[in-house]
Amino acid sequence: MTDAAPSAANRPDYVSLREPYAAPTQQRDADFMGMYIFLGTEAMLFGALFCLVFAYRSLHPEAVAVAARHMQLWIGAANTAIILTSSLFVALGVHSARQGARRATGGFFLLALALGAAFLVLKGIEYGLDYRDGLMPVIGQPSPVRNGPAGLFIDLYFVATGLHALHLTIGLIVLAVTATLVLTRAKRLPEQAVVVEMAGLYWHFVDVVWVFAFPIFYLARG
Amino acid sequence: MSRQAMTLVGVWVGLMVLLTLTVAATFGPFGGWTPAINMVIAFCKAALIYWFFMHVREQGWLARLVAVAAIAWLLLLLALTQADVLTRGAFSH
Repeated sequence: MTDAAPSAANRPDYVSLREPYAAPTQQRDADFMGMYIFLGTEAMLFGALFCLVFAYRSLHPEAVAVAARHMQLWIGAANTAIILTSSLFVALGVHSARQGARRATGGFFLLALALGAAFLVLKGIEYGLDYRDGLMPVIGQPSPVRNGPAGLFIDLYFVATGLHALHLTIGLIVLAVTATLVLTRAKRLPEQAVVVEMAGLYWHFVDVVWVFAFPIFYLARG
Repeated sequence: MSRQAMTLVGVWVGLMVLLTLTVAATFGPFGGWTPAINMVIAFCKAALIYWFFMHVREQGWLARLVAVAAIAWLLLLLALTQADVLTRGAFSH
């Protein structure tokens, strides 16, 4: 049927075939490849920001280390654990969707949604602490930590984590819509599991971005 | 719980272990190597997520290549940027 790695999930016999595809495997390849390309463009977007941080670190190692020590490391670590766990729930939701387990799919996605919301709440608290510490650009009492190259690093932290939070918010909407479509039977499982799979891919990617943002901004204390 | 679901939970356990390691390494005795160690751990976590959670494992080689193509472009971007910042003034008289 296919030359890909043998796996139960790789036998997309549950897929409802659409135009213009000749076979379920071909349709599946196209679905995943299109999403991987889109996520590749997102990787370039965040990658360019991370590349700038690495450049600052090479040019001003001490200033970046000082600025990084002002990051809320434990909130960042807690958020990493939260978003990794939310990814597990999304993966289990996708697994359930392929089995045709409608309620389990919706349930797992709603669990992931709750964790994603918790991530945003913690991030908000963290931004509040950053404001208190005078780390924010333009607003608040500016801290001396912001002077010089350290300020550039801190500004990049806000741009990158803010952009990530925006993506996470979009991800929350995607999870909510997908859960609703599944639970209301607007999408049939497992025939239309691709909807759940693509929503999952987006969420996992937002997770991957954070996996890199965490060490780049919070752990650059050395 | 099915074997596939067990695999997913196992991957999550691995991710949490790596998270613990990366935080521990930050306070460890690795000096200038710490950022490199943390980036290697981040790559391992991303690889686990892509391979298992993002279904790269189930794909043919073409789709796998597409999934990781951005890594090649990002390495070019990083290498050429660092070639600039690390050699500034190195060739002046």
